[in-house]
Amino acid sequence: MKKKGLYLLLLPGVLFLTLFMIIPIALTIGSTFFHEGSFTLEGYLTFLTDQYFLKILLTTLQVSIVTTIVCILLGFPAAYYISKLGPRKKGILLALAIFPLLTSSVVRSFSWMIILGKKGLLNSSLLSLGLLEKPLDILYTPTAMMIGLVHLFLPLIIITLVGVMENIDPDLIKAAESLGASKFTAFRQVIVPLSVPGLIIGSILVFVGSLTAYTTPALLGGKQRVISTFLYQNAITLNDWYMASVIATIMIVITFVVIFVMNKLATKLNPKG
Amino acid sequence: MQEKNRGLALFTLLVFLFLLGPLIIISFTSFEPSTVLRFPPQGFSWRWYENIFNVEMFMTTFKTSIFVSLLGNLLALVLGIPAAYALSRFQFKGKAALNAVFISPVLIPGIVMGFAMLKYVIVVYDLPIYAGLLVGHTVVMLPFIIRVVASSLSNFDFAVEEAALSLGASRMGTFFKVVLPNIRSGIIAAILIAFLESFNNVDISVFMTGPGVSTLPIQMLTYVENNFDPTIAAISVLLMILTAVFMFIIERLMGLSYFTKR
Repeated sequence: MKKKGLYLLLLPGVLFLTLFMIIPIALTIGSTFFHEGSFTLEGYLTFLTDQYFLKILLTTLQVSIVTTIVCILLGFPAAYYISKLGPRKKGILLALAIFPLLTSSVVRSFSWMIILGKKGLLNSSLLSLGLLEKPLDILYTPTAMMIGLVHLFLPLIIITLVGVMENIDPDLIKAAESLGASKFTAFRQVIVPLSVPGLIIGSILVFVGSLTAYTTPALLGGKQRVISTFLYQNAITLNDWYMASVIATIMIVITFVVIFVMNKLATKLNPKG
Repeated sequence: MQEKNRGLALFTLLVFLFLLGPLIIISFTSFEPSTVLRFPPQGFSWRWYENIFNVEMFMTTFKTSIFVSLLGNLLALVLGIPAAYALSRFQFKGKAALNAVFISPVLIPGIVMGFAMLKYVIVVYDLPIYAGLLVGHTVVMLPFIIRVVASSLSNFDFAVEEAALSLGASRMGTFFKVVLPNIRSGIIAAILIAFLESFNNVDISVFMTGPGVSTLPIQMLTYVENNFDPTIAAISVLLMILTAVFMFIIERLMGLSYFTKR
């Protein structure tokens, strides 16, 4: 095929993305270094020295780390169980995991508002069982955000891990067992190491997803800000586009650093090299 | 050892209860006759489903959502199919970099992209909000279209294409008569997946609202700020039915293995 034809196929898409995504993002990042007409790092200095801003960043990181860990702890065993099932049962469970993933994040967050609210299902059940004296204040706390985010991203880590575990040769486990390893040892020494690349990809998806999610923290976090709701607040409520651009840039940098570091780690830990 | 598997099965059951329970609960509450969102509901009523049609903004924003998702989808197909074809069919310099460019919209935080678009597409380029919304949704859909179409192209035997070409068919003719019909189900699946992504989008849409322009998810968020009644649960049920129908069709067309691949 002639070069010209090839580029004609790619050009419309590239042009579209350049015009409507790459340039806007690049200019947003660029604009953080100029304020009131001159070069400045003021935005970043403000961010890094202001206790309120730092607290938001810290909350965001904490929520994302805990969400990722909980997703791994719940997702890994479930994925292992699913990967060993026959095709029919596996198909059903995968479909049941994909369904919430495709369901609107707004719907999913609402459902947790019904459960976690002051008069919600959780409180009313615990109160009527006599396990509580007065209702718990879970909704609008970081805990509520974490529950919502785990619910949002758990399917992602499950299906990613099932995809990886399916490809592990079952003969490897049989070989390990025939050499005297217990089922658990075989799991620990064969399945776990071979799942690591998938685990890392899954963790990137969950961590970056939690770091940048908007709907769930906006609905379940209440006044508790995370970096994405803080960006929205600065842009729309406070109309401070300079600070919003600084926050946007910080989010991009964190996202790319996380992806880069985790990818490096995945290559390093991949037994195939 | 059987004991251990039973433990694992129970664990998995609980995990799925956690995943699906909230969706079941919100479905039940949609039939609550009173204005309180509660589980279990204290009766049965279609009242809140009727209310969806009484709140004019739900209908308006629903139409906007449908329109933006369909038109954006069409735009993403026109831009995405040629790109997916070029990327799967040919080896060339800079291919990896271009691949990265086409996938990048999923890597950039949605909320960042929404803000950058508000700042430049709406304010600097001076596009009307409606057009900005459409462009934003197209950007969101493009990587999904390219990924799904490329994955169905990877199952297509390009020798068939070569055969048509060697028999004297034109490149364009071959593409439309041989390649495209062969990946038809992949393209339909791509349309459905991209549609759901766009229809459910909040991150971009939340910045692209203005007089008379808003999408259904944004309208739902606005509604909850003022009324926390079962209308929201009723809409949720309808959205879940839509999701389930789409998923069923996607499963029929290409299986669900697309989702397990990373």
